[in-house]
Amino acid sequence: MAKVIVITSGKGGVGKTTSTAALGAGLAMRGKKTVVVDFDVGLRNLDMVMGCERRVVFDFINVIQGDAKLKQALITDRRLDNLFILPTSQTRDKDALTREGVEKVINELRNDFDYVLCDSPAGIERGAHLAMYFADEAVVVTNPEVSSVRDSDRVLGLLSSKTRRAEKGEGSVKPHLLLTRYDPGRVAKGEMMKVEDVLEILSIPLLGIVPESPTVLSASNVGTPVVLNQNSNAGTAYADAVSRLMGEQTEMRVLGPERRGLLQRLLWRTA
Amino acid sequence: MKLFDYFIRPKPQSTAQTAKDRLQILLAHERQDRSQPEYLPLLQRDILDVIRKYVEVASDQVEVRLQRGERMSTLEIGIELPGPRALRMSSASAALAR
Repeated sequence: MAKVIVITSGKGGVGKTTSTAALGAGLAMRGKKTVVVDFDVGLRNLDMVMGCERRVVFDFINVIQGDAKLKQALITDRRLDNLFILPTSQTRDKDALTREGVEKVINELRNDFDYVLCDSPAGIERGAHLAMYFADEAVVVTNPEVSSVRDSDRVLGLLSSKTRRAEKGEGSVKPHLLLTRYDPGRVAKGEMMKVEDVLEILSIPLLGIVPESPTVLSASNVGTPVVLNQNSNAGTAYADAVSRLMGEQTEMRVLGPERRGLLQRLLWRTA
Repeated sequence: MKLFDYFIRPKPQSTAQTAKDRLQILLAHERQDRSQPEYLPLLQRDILDVIRKYVEVASDQVEVRLQRGERMSTLEIGIELPGPRALRMSSASAALAR
């Protein structure tokens, strides 16, 4: 039976899709059979970040509407054979995602996988609601910035009231905080809230601290989850987060942005 | 002396600290609103309509608050009615208009 985890935030652009791709690939690297599911109907992007956009034939909506079997829509990752992608559709029909349809697909995935990661769209509308509705746990992606923290707080309220677990009285969805785009240099100067500040405000357990890093953009440029880059501090931070998600005790490290040595800078060609 | 003042003057609060303070104040309010059941605004409107059948009250003069306790909750309804003086004045002006 899989664990269903929603990657959510409320606010857009904080790194949900990047984090879904990185955590999914990280879990697969650790031998867990994992599927990443794109819930952002109309604005699909997980396929691009995962680098499989040209292999999409059928999608989540086709499966819900009975036009394709789940096996036909699942894309196997070319790098990790434990990793699968369920892309979403680009339809503008917002009602394409139904609760019954999502439930059927999630239940089917639960039987076949160890982890099902649901990449939520921004906002608190239908797509975001359905992405969190069947979840067992939630990764709340937050930037150390006022609007992101406020929206995360709102999302935490929804996780504890508008999910199946909450409605059935089975306890709330277990939340984890993933702090992204963290810049220790600016924190030291008092220009950015500290990890401790955000934790004090949101009071949920910390899954990881991902530093602001140029490797995140270069990874998405080429469609490789950043966790596969061993030389990236962001990749290392995601790998740490993955082990915590699996229940291991890993020491919390605050990694800074990568510093290149003089020689590296002189020889630096590709990111 | 001026130079000395410069060194002992407290540093202005960092913007990060301001962000934290603002969030803590705002979220305390928002969490309170969120813990209220969804029917509360509707209940407030209905109560107001009933009272308006008898007395003229403004919409901001009715306050409905739910206090949640461990074993029981209390619904507190505060209605500010116009005093006898205000009533007398309004009936007098009504008589004048007539």
